[in-house]
Amino acid sequence: MAMISVRNLTRTFGEIVAVNNLNFEIEKGELFGFIGPDGAGKTTLFRILATLLIPDEGEARVMDLDTVKDYKKLRQNLGYMPGKFSLYSDLSVEENLNFFASIFGSTIEENYDTIKDIYEAIEPFKKRRAGKLSGGMKQKLALSCALIHSPDVLLLDEPTTGVDAVSRREFWDTLNRLKSKGLTIVVSTPYMDEANRCDRVALMQKGSIMGIDTPENVTEMKQKTVFGVKGTPRYQVIKALRDYPQVDSVYAFGEYLHYTDKREDVDIQEIRMFLLDQGFKGVEVKAVNPTIEDAFMALMEQHDE
Amino acid sequence: MNEKVIQVKELTRMFGDFTAVDHITFEVEKGEIFGFLGANGAGKTTAMKMLTGLLSPTSGEANVAGFNVYKEPEKLKKNIGYMSQKFALYDDLTVSENIRFYGGIYGLSNKEINQKRNELLDELDLQSVRDSRIGSLPLGWKQKLAFSVALIHNPKIVFLDEPTSGVDPITRRQFWNMIYEASANGITVFVTTHYMDEAEYCDRISIMVTGNIEAMGTPTELKDQFKSDSMDDVFVKLVRPEQEDAS
Repeated sequence: MAMISVRNLTRTFGEIVAVNNLNFEIEKGELFGFIGPDGAGKTTLFRILATLLIPDEGEARVMDLDTVKDYKKLRQNLGYMPGKFSLYSDLSVEENLNFFASIFGSTIEENYDTIKDIYEAIEPFKKRRAGKLSGGMKQKLALSCALIHSPDVLLLDEPTTGVDAVSRREFWDTLNRLKSKGLTIVVSTPYMDEANRCDRVALMQKGSIMGIDTPENVTEMKQKTVFGVKGTPRYQVIKALRDYPQVDSVYAFGEYLHYTDKREDVDIQEIRMFLLDQGFKGVEVKAVNPTIEDAFMALMEQHDE
Repeated sequence: MNEKVIQVKELTRMFGDFTAVDHITFEVEKGEIFGFLGANGAGKTTAMKMLTGLLSPTSGEANVAGFNVYKEPEKLKKNIGYMSQKFALYDDLTVSENIRFYGGIYGLSNKEINQKRNELLDELDLQSVRDSRIGSLPLGWKQKLAFSVALIHNPKIVFLDEPTSGVDPITRRQFWNMIYEASANGITVFVTTHYMDEAEYCDRISIMVTGNIEAMGTPTELKDQFKSDSMDDVFVKLVRPEQEDAS
């Protein structure tokens, strides 16, 4: 039996279809990621799963409990961390944690093992008001509060948005440790590179799921060979490649541009010469491994057509 | 060329005993795309507030767009543009009203505003939604409009604070095309981001760690200096050096 099972789920706000006929299942013990930009419908989906929002159509079941009918029972076993900091700023670290523990009829001591790993880092500041904590510490406290009743399912809505690259890495390490304890974890993120930290991912855009699979398989959905192209000045190289007769797509991708061609067989030398003839310096063209972001953009373009 | 539009020397800001920005020194040239990176809490926001005339420094010198940030913060503001991810446009105003509002704020005449408005709506392909509220538009459109609005008064420098946060990958790249265009037109771009691939798109980058600029250079120079193959790796080595020692 799947830990989370969603069928034909739709939710609209006025004319906006926030979540459009979603279908998926998440297994017990999975670390599952919803990857997509703002406005993809991630938060609406998470609020439905967390029993905080009623869908217009379809159903969502978590641990075989219906998110609408069985919400009271379900909440006992569900940890939810919203994207916006939602703890009490005027209460201290310890008071917040005590508050959430008591709501679930528990105590900090009873579940200390579950949160130990995370809470230890902020315990020295337990008398400090939550509103006075740094961003990283707030995040640790929010995660501790979401875990204080030892739930089986943890829903984290954009926990790493606006967080620097290093702290993001550390947060994912924490999630992996929680997963190893058997927790089912569902995370959303706008950062494509974080997809690789998940067992499986769903790529979301405009309320729909464009693809669900392991990060490796999702990346392979991008069928065309991707070429890494380098040359200066970079922006002029992008513009020149856009006018190349056989161009399919050209996008900046860190150090290299990612270029795809309309043809099956592509002559690298021909592209190189095309750029060299226009006087670009440091020209380099080579086949590269596509990333999840290449796949996401290819799927976006297919959907828009 | 080589005109310096930002000159910062030993710039420092304290909050009580806490040194948020600790004697930072750097220069940015006209037309440069300068990436201002750092960990959360490293002092980026404080530094940016000082450079935009919103916060006065405790000590040090800063000249931005030819104005002293202590003595001429109001003149400074007229010559720079600013846009942030958190707040850029008024959701309850229409596209057209937002352009009009910001044009007015920056002291453009009615005639100039009308002209600029039509130019912008055409360029961004927003004529069909000119009377729609900003709140009803996709984030990507908003951010592109916000950038154009930040340039409405032809500033010498534009400050962008995480402009692409949460924006889809295609729009994110379109946004960078706009940055390149601005830079090609001689506008200096000062930008912060948490996307490490975007660090590669800058002409030069500085990386702040606990109030100091710990590294500065072109992406290639920094990768050479830290023997890294990606900016992500450079960033990790700078921000968490202790992990490097441990491994």
